[in-house]
Amino acid sequence: MSAVSMELHEKMVAETFSRGRVGMWCLIIAESAIFAIFVAAYIFYIGKSPSGPTPQILSVPVITTICLLSSSLTMHWATAALRKGNLLVFKLSWITTFTLGAIFLGGTAREWHHLIFQEGFTVNTNLFGTTFYSLIGLHASHVAIGLVALGTVMILSLLGKVRAEHAERCEVLALYWHFVDAVWVVVFTVVYGLGR
Amino acid sequence: MATDSISLPLPKESSRSVFMDWLCTVDHKKIGIMYIVYALVFLVIMGIEATLMRIQLSRPNNTFLSAEAFNRLFTMHGTTGVFFVAMPILFGFGNYLVPLMIGARDMAFPRLNAFSFWLTAFGGFLLYGSFFAGGPLSQAGSAPDVGWFAYAPLTATAFSAGHSTDYWTIALLVAGIGSIGGAINFVATILCLRCPGMTLNRMPLLAWMNLVMGGLVLVTISPLTAAQIMLMIDRYMSGHFFDPAAGGSVVMWMHFFWIFGHPEVYVLIIPCFAFISEIIPVFSRKAIFGYPAMVAATTGIGFVSLGVWAHHMFTVGMPSYGNAFFVFTTMLVAVPTGIKIFNWLATMWGGKIRFATPMIFCIGFLFQFLIAGLSGVMLADAPFDWQLSNSYFVVAHFHYVIVGGILFAIFAAFYYWFPKMTGRMLSEKLGRWHFWIFLIGFHLTFDFMHVPGLLGMPRRIYTYEPGRGWEIWNLISSIGVIFQAAGILIFVYNMIHSYFKGAVAGNDPWDAWTLEWATTSPPPDYNFAVVPEVRSRRPLWDIKHPQDPDWKYE
Repeated sequence: MSAVSMELHEKMVAETFSRGRVGMWCLIIAESAIFAIFVAAYIFYIGKSPSGPTPQILSVPVITTICLLSSSLTMHWATAALRKGNLLVFKLSWITTFTLGAIFLGGTAREWHHLIFQEGFTVNTNLFGTTFYSLIGLHASHVAIGLVALGTVMILSLLGKVRAEHAERCEVLALYWHFVDAVWVVVFTVVYGLGR
Repeated sequence: MATDSISLPLPKESSRSVFMDWLCTVDHKKIGIMYIVYALVFLVIMGIEATLMRIQLSRPNNTFLSAEAFNRLFTMHGTTGVFFVAMPILFGFGNYLVPLMIGARDMAFPRLNAFSFWLTAFGGFLLYGSFFAGGPLSQAGSAPDVGWFAYAPLTATAFSAGHSTDYWTIALLVAGIGSIGGAINFVATILCLRCPGMTLNRMPLLAWMNLVMGGLVLVTISPLTAAQIMLMIDRYMSGHFFDPAAGGSVVMWMHFFWIFGHPEVYVLIIPCFAFISEIIPVFSRKAIFGYPAMVAATTGIGFVSLGVWAHHMFTVGMPSYGNAFFVFTTMLVAVPTGIKIFNWLATMWGGKIRFATPMIFCIGFLFQFLIAGLSGVMLADAPFDWQLSNSYFVVAHFHYVIVGGILFAIFAAFYYWFPKMTGRMLSEKLGRWHFWIFLIGFHLTFDFMHVPGLLGMPRRIYTYEPGRGWEIWNLISSIGVIFQAAGILIFVYNMIHSYFKGAVAGNDPWDAWTLEWATTSPPPDYNFAVVPEVRSRRPLWDIKHPQDPDWKYE
């Protein structure tokens, strides 16, 4: 009896879309809905805390925001280079992306450390604390998961295991990273713009 | 057609290897069957819970159950029914059928598929673990008792001591992540793995409707996940999301829950529409009437369902324009749903109808789902809802949808696809007994349940005083349970008996037209030895009638 393997099947069906991309887009839609609920809660609860502190204690994280947003650009360079088979540019851009993401996460850690230990402001201080730490924490956890994935690819690429034929998979991962960046634009606007 | 020659290793036939085979499988058919069997076990459990509640309510001032036990039972009954019966059973059928119907080898992400199933499964086990460890005292077990929609602030630590609510929260969070994984798989499979020639316009309606269902799950389960995370922050980290004393709002929980909760109804009913849309044409011996209208109506329902949630909240006191908006959007759902009902009727019209068991369940579905929809339109009217919200009228309405609609469609699907899954026919004779006895039980219980609702009986009360005119209706409802339970027992017996002794089905017992009937029953691991090529919406008709194929007319 002859059998059709999954790979062969994929070659035979006219793949109009790649399943990796479709899968990642679906995940992004689902994640967007989660963020939408947290953002809605944040906006609804702005100014509803009966006691302080208020969002004025926040300082705008300009530098880390620039880092995170520019990491999308370096990510784009990385995947474009991998597609062309330019492994050196790929590795450099990928490492830069990882570093920029790590700087962002470090910035969040410093901000939280300051708020918790200097200002004494925690998740249960007041309603603002609850919404602030949940929304920023939700985003930061997505950055952290992204960094784990990026770090895995980085280690594999330093070991010489990532080649041009893996461009598709890296691009799927890049989609997630761009999503994390795009969400930060919304979170930043809401928390440090609208909410302050 | 080119095929790849692979020699498959023969599995050893020891019971341990069979067990490991199922435990570690990533095959969409095995995962589908595991979803279904798992859901059937929980169906029996939730049925027992319902029976206990109906015994308690059968006469006034009954002391069969305590108030606490009653609260736990209705919470577990509702939560189990939505998350661990209806969702897994529909995901199971979808998992089994979608790749076969679109001529694929497997789902797009087989390992994610197995992961999603096990998350759902462990969610259910976790929920029932609360019976052993959820109580406020150490070593005392108690199930959650906050109702299936768990309104705040009842879920706050002050009112829900112990861990029973945490079991509920984490079980739903885990199962929800499983559902999102499953939905990603459905969408990716249907968009990316269709066999040559199967354009979106030629896809079986079952695949179309599972695509819409998958998309809907992505945007509806996520808000529930978000709300559960917030509840956990409130309970474990003393957050204030739903804490009115600190400025939080309990109405926010209602919004977040129903933004999930109402589209969830459509997540459940759309795959049932899919079963009906596949079964009615085959037993009417006609192609489906209005295929494009069916696709459009399904997608339409998907979108409209996202904007109706606050009709669960008319009694909260929303502004009048808010009420008006949700009244109109809710009534709007009736339009695409009506299109579907008329299309099914038009498919049957003039057809050579075979009244086999799958078909009679479909016909039962049509009548009952129509009535369920009509009482839904009544409740969509805000002033009417102000009178009857939280009454037994509402309970009767949504059980009409879930039992009269969803469960009847699921029974139809069992009788129709059981031969494909096992290679054996279910007994027609027992099937008819099942249908008629369950039908009588269903109507006894839920037709008469509307009346105490109209007479003012609130839901979720564990007992009531005599002399309010509620006694006789509650007694009839409770008597109906005996018939429903008998029907389910016949069904379970039929499945077990037919699995071993049923008539051999052959590849295509119903003379059907979709691709799953082109392969053996049960299908081999690889589904199709040769990737099928499709030229019309009814590929098997084309093969059976080469002189008069469908593609000449489409």
